Amino acid sequence: MQLSGRDGFGRALLELGETNEKVVALCADLAESIRVHYFAEKYPQRYFQIGIAEQDLIGTAAGLALTGFIPFATTYAVFAAQRANEQIRLAACYNNANVKIAVSHGGLTCGEDGASHQALEDIASMRVMPNMTVIVPADAEEAYEATKAAAEVYGPVYLRLGRTPVPVHTQGFGSFEIGKARKLRDGSDVTLIAAGVMVDKAIQASELLAQEGIKASVINMHTIKPIDTDTIIREAQTTGCIVTAEEHSIIGGLGGAVAEVLSENIPVPLVRVGTKDTFGESGEPEALLTKYGLAASDIVAAARKAISMKKS
Amino acid sequence: MKSINEIKEISTRIKRDVIQLTSHNTGHPGGAIGAADIIAELYFSRMNHDPKNPDKEDRDRFVLSNGHICAALYSALARSGYFPIEELKTLRKINSRLQGHPSRKDLPGVETSSGPLGQGLSIANGMVLGNRLKNINAKVYCFVGDGEIQEGQIWEAVMTAGHYKLHELCLIISWNDIQIDGRVKDVMNIEPIADKFKAFGWNTLEIDGHNLHQIRAAFDLFEQFDNAPTVIIARTVIGKGVSYMEHKPVWHGKAPSLEEAEVALQEIGPSSFGEDLVF
Repeated sequence: MQLSGRDGFGRALLELGETNEKVVALCADLAESIRVHYFAEKYPQRYFQIGIAEQDLIGTAAGLALTGFIPFATTYAVFAAQRANEQIRLAACYNNANVKIAVSHGGLTCGEDGASHQALEDIASMRVMPNMTVIVPADAEEAYEATKAAAEVYGPVYLRLGRTPVPVHTQGFGSFEIGKARKLRDGSDVTLIAAGVMVDKAIQASELLAQEGIKASVINMHTIKPIDTDTIIREAQTTGCIVTAEEHSIIGGLGGAVAEVLSENIPVPLVRVGTKDTFGESGEPEALLTKYGLAASDIVAAARKAISMKKS
Repeated sequence: MKSINEIKEISTRIKRDVIQLTSHNTGHPGGAIGAADIIAELYFSRMNHDPKNPDKEDRDRFVLSNGHICAALYSALARSGYFPIEELKTLRKINSRLQGHPSRKDLPGVETSSGPLGQGLSIANGMVLGNRLKNINAKVYCFVGDGEIQEGQIWEAVMTAGHYKLHELCLIISWNDIQIDGRVKDVMNIEPIADKFKAFGWNTLEIDGHNLHQIRAAFDLFEQFDNAPTVIIARTVIGKGVSYMEHKPVWHGKAPSLEEAEVALQEIGPSSFGEDLVF
């Protein structure tokens, strides 16, 4: 059975409840959806329901952090990163409070709920915050590891979890480390750098490209900030061109972060796969990824384009 | 506990500091002067805190939500011994720990960064919940301006504090009926204040925020409540004691000239607590 990022998060948080008495959790009326209900049932005294009040959610979490706890504040991506943006900025980041913001429904694959609930701008708005760490796990197993790692590191962390079950690709590639990308496939012609559910698409794309005789390296860039500069530079040296793939606007997210590293260090062709300055809409997750240019075939096309730019 | 007369001298010192600091360094004098009486009582008679050990785990905490009146907080912190009094003169200057709005990571004694209005009460709630988990029976005081309660987040936090019956929490509203664009009741009416809080399950106390006996009595009552959070609605006067500042919105964020400061210091009068800053 395939699981989603939020499933891995829920399992990790439950274990953290046992192993780390400083870990507490807060929710804004989405306990089961974000999978915090396992923790809530077992550790009711360390769980705080805040109701439909996301600004208060973040502020209350910051207050708990300032008394020495490690709060996981949970809701959907749009309601945290965007509605409570200024609370995250002041109460979490400016205070450098030890607040973990764990969100579900990042990206198009929240599906039928439609554009209002599909966060396609959250990574950009979180990445720009001083002191913030931004993690976008690829699958349930990596979400589990990332949750554990977030509790270990001091300071605000934005943990963006997917709603939709996806295959696990991340295991067997070394231990999870914040800020250190995982290389999933070796290749010499092009590097596909992906995050979140797009890691699965990048793997698929690499297999399609192999049928054309194109060897694609695949990097799982689970940490968007701090971005793994060394890996990006090494890949640019090895393959000479890059494709990024993310379930987010091509403005300001993973593609933006990689573009910044490349242009200041080793300018090579870059093609960004993501939403093109647009909102999403209702639909099945796979159909949406296809309609908005985030299918494996779109990554394949982007790879061909990047390679052609390299040659010209 | 210090006598009322001693608190009066300390409050006068805080007001003198605010006038001296804002006239030399810019800033927000009116609300800071209006808060001096309450802040003096909290820091010098009421709160369990230790300037030599600012992170003392069982301390009472003061959350200044309307961070712009930080000149009064900085004065209270320096005069308590959190940092050298001389350092007050760096307020709002480059490389200073005394930012234009409080920065927790920079200055000992600042419980949270603040400034953007409406955020402090949520943070104070979280502190109470954290103290409870640690079985620490400490008080958390949160100070807001009256215009600030126009912020929606305040009412989210008022609901949360009522829901969790945070009796360790004391919210102080400085009700001077002044905000930047005019009288609060004209800009966006917040009244009736007490009825709103009662509806959310709070204990409400209404006092003259410049009457030190009433301030002390209100905090005494708060400490006895064990069923619900408490709001002290304190009638205050912006620029209290400085005739040209009282009731004038312009003195929210305008610093007095050095000449105006001389007049203000005359009207506020001398303090037997500590010395004037020398610029």
